[in-house]
Amino acid sequence: MESFEIRGRAAHPASGQLRQAIIGVNASGNLEVLVERTLPDTECIVGVTTQIDGFRELWQAVIEDFMARASLGGLRFSINDGGAKPDIVTLRLMQSLRRIETGQ
Amino acid sequence: MSSLLEPQDHDYYEASARDRISGVLDPGSFTEFLGPENRTLSPHLAQFGLTGAFDDGLVIGAGRLFAEPVYIAAQEGRFLGGAFGEVHGAKLVGLLRAAREGAVGSKVRAVLLLLDTGGVRLQEANAGELAISETIHAIIDVRRAGIPVIALIGGRSGAFGGGGIVTACCSRIIVSDHARIGVSGPEVIETNKGIEEFDAKDKGLVWRVDGGRTRSLMGGADRFVLDRIKDFRAVAHESIAGAPSFSLETLSAEQARLEARLTNYGTFRDAPPIWQKAGIEQSQRIAEMTEKEFASLPRPKEATHDAR
Repeated sequence: MESFEIRGRAAHPASGQLRQAIIGVNASGNLEVLVERTLPDTECIVGVTTQIDGFRELWQAVIEDFMARASLGGLRFSINDGGAKPDIVTLRLMQSLRRIETGQ
Repeated sequence: MSSLLEPQDHDYYEASARDRISGVLDPGSFTEFLGPENRTLSPHLAQFGLTGAFDDGLVIGAGRLFAEPVYIAAQEGRFLGGAFGEVHGAKLVGLLRAAREGAVGSKVRAVLLLLDTGGVRLQEANAGELAISETIHAIIDVRRAGIPVIALIGGRSGAFGGGGIVTACCSRIIVSDHARIGVSGPEVIETNKGIEEFDAKDKGLVWRVDGGRTRSLMGGADRFVLDRIKDFRAVAHESIAGAPSFSLETLSAEQARLEARLTNYGTFRDAPPIWQKAGIEQSQRIAEMTEKEFASLPRPKEATHDAR
């Protein structure tokens, strides 16, 4: 088990009004993402707790890619991971963003 | 969740605990207690190298069911098999106690338990076992206060171990074809008594013995519904009005029902001969017929009783 945080800067605050959203389940090959609008408008943090040790560089690459693709200002993402593959991580991050922005 | 379907139209089996709650309750009426932002994670799992869940695998709160105020709890069957741990159990017990105490003031009409559990989490077994007994105690107290507790079973983990006992303590039990209810699960029986006693890999056997069909035929469940959230929703609402009160008469009736069942069927080793002896129509075809066909069968006399 391993925990770490990846921090980023954002040019714009994320859209929408919801204070928080949650998506996914911490199960084998899956993960849950809790997203909260609690940071200053230009900051973004993704906190990861994962069952599988030794993949921090891969997490870093996936999360930096996500941060580059979207406006995440003000958002803190917290992940409980059960060993999800990178494509599932990206999918859940995008779903959590859509949910806090639109409620969908 | 697909935007093409409303939450109520979703498959109950495939839905998450949160999606089940949104679909069962009136749209937008759910208020969560101790939501994930409170981070009530298990304090025990990290010692075993396991990551937790922000809600410890149980979502609880208040909402409305066809405008009636209810409390609701849903286990996430995919997180550690929906199993009971310390925090998970404390949340459920707290919800039940709040329902009972609100019986005077805010008048909760029912408590819905969307159980989906393999029983007690082995990593926190003592706390989990205590949580089960406290839950049973709390359910009885809620029922004695005149508030029905309705169990909805149709998730991938079924309702096993202490979860099976909790189910049996509820006022009404609603199942789908996917449901399984039992105390010792198939793999536990096989491990302890051998494969000759029970072959846990034989899915047909597992469902004939523990499944929703046989439970509803033999009175172990009160209603059989199709596997859609809206069917669970409608039948949960219908179940509130006629739910039996909890009294000495209820218990005596339940005892008599179980004694009769043991006398009549205690020597059988599989379900079809029991269905046949019980005089159930088309008993030879029960296991093969479609979900819809089964749901439309007339309810056998033994399954309708005022016990429980």
